[in-house]
Amino acid sequence: MAFSHSSTAEKTNEMLESSFAPLSARRLLVLGGIGLILVGMLVGDIFAVFVLHRNAARVGGSLASAAHAALAGDRALVQASFQDVGSLLENRGTKVDTHVHMIDFGYLALMLAILQPWIAFRESAKRRLAWLFLAGAVLLPVGVFLIHYIGLAYSPLQAIGWASISADLGGLLVLIATLGLLLGLGKHFRSPAPATVRDTLLLDRSAAGRVLLVGGIVMVLAGFLHGAYYAGVDLYRHEALDASILTDMAKAAAANDAGMVDRSFKAYGQLQGDKAVKIAAHAHIIEFGLLAMLLAFFQPYVSLRETWKSRWAYVLILGSVILPVCVLMELRFGLVAGGLADAGGFLVIIALLAMWIGILRHTGQLDAQTGDAR
Amino acid sequence: MNGARRLLILGGIALALWGMGYGLWYAVFVEHQALNGIGSSLAAAFDASANRDPVAAATALQNYKEAKYVYDRQVDVHGHWIGLAMLLIVVGIAFDRVRFAEAYKRMLALSLLAGAVIFPLGVLLQTFDHGSVPRAIAILGSALVIAALVGITLGLTAHTASAE
Repeated sequence: MAFSHSSTAEKTNEMLESSFAPLSARRLLVLGGIGLILVGMLVGDIFAVFVLHRNAARVGGSLASAAHAALAGDRALVQASFQDVGSLLENRGTKVDTHVHMIDFGYLALMLAILQPWIAFRESAKRRLAWLFLAGAVLLPVGVFLIHYIGLAYSPLQAIGWASISADLGGLLVLIATLGLLLGLGKHFRSPAPATVRDTLLLDRSAAGRVLLVGGIVMVLAGFLHGAYYAGVDLYRHEALDASILTDMAKAAAANDAGMVDRSFKAYGQLQGDKAVKIAAHAHIIEFGLLAMLLAFFQPYVSLRETWKSRWAYVLILGSVILPVCVLMELRFGLVAGGLADAGGFLVIIALLAMWIGILRHTGQLDAQTGDAR
Repeated sequence: MNGARRLLILGGIALALWGMGYGLWYAVFVEHQALNGIGSSLAAAFDASANRDPVAAATALQNYKEAKYVYDRQVDVHGHWIGLAMLLIVVGIAFDRVRFAEAYKRMLALSLLAGAVIFPLGVLLQTFDHGSVPRAIAILGSALVIAALVGITLGLTAHTASAE
């Protein structure tokens, strides 16, 4: 019996090793995907701490300046203020896009890594597609980040700069690689008698994996319930308020009523803050839930003790709950809640880094065993 | 790969490609015009105020309201289709751990897939018709997604409890 157990375990390990060979598509996508998510989260945290609030204040300042210019009847200043708003929003938008695209490409890389055994191409072709995917997944967010700084400098086109061109090229590379891998998946299912794929990675039922899977789906569900509540209670109210406050502001400016302009402006700032925290909380809890579920599948590759794997899983779940809950409380508790939300994000980053290091250790052990066998 | 699992994974991939295709079409042909419409109508409202013309300001703000209503929904549709597609794929991969009978699992998978298609579609229809029918479609879609997720969570929890 003991012999049978050990031979089964050895066989499972062999299957696990063969699907995670050095420079295999799956290894590239797992390490690259988690790396992208880590960098994307760091960019998001740095943006939230150092840029977001200052940028929001400057947008508000420019909008106030436009309102007061209208009050003074200064049409040139109105236009100049709106140009400032446009530039500030572009700065903010490109940084948010960098953060979101890096993380989403990381998620996509992890999903494609899971699907590798079902992709009916040779390993060399899969590896090339994985490299292509990672190159595009880095090029797009870096290009988007640089759009605000490079602008149209040395561009051969009138409306699109080099940074945008690079970003579009990155997107195209990702699209080609993803479509290529999906063609391989289609080839597997189209074959008259598809080979039965037995991926040991998906057979794992460890405690850390279960915590991440169940915790993840509960977070996704909470995010959907919160989204439904937001849509039912706040969405239409916010939209109506947005238009009515701006109408009041414009009417007050036309009627030369400075007090009303200031009151409307204050109300508009509060409304934008309320909208921003509710949407951010909804998006973050669902994204963290998906991340937890994805990481659950890769726990067999995390070469750490079971107790530590469970601890990091709990840390990830804890940080994933703290961040959106504290973001929701930011309007009521201000910087304290904001600081706690950043700490939650930091916990997620630390837990993810620990898992990434665990996977790196696993690759080192596999490569050493392969070297010994040779 | 059994039927329910295949439905979720292949349905998720198809929905992701559809969502990306919609996003690409939107970014190339619609988004810049929509953003220009929002920005220019807001600037026009304040310009009219500076010119002491409240009627022109009100008209410009009405244009702003309509343009923003449409833009917000079009962007939401893109984000939700792709987000829900990712959820379908991930849930599909984990579906063998849901401890329910195969027929019940197939029903859950169908509800999740139908909700993931219908919910953003209802939101998109709101850009053509502000009435209650598109809103009802969106509510039905989100209810299907939430109900399916509750069922899947229960199935996964049952599996976890039995594994422990």
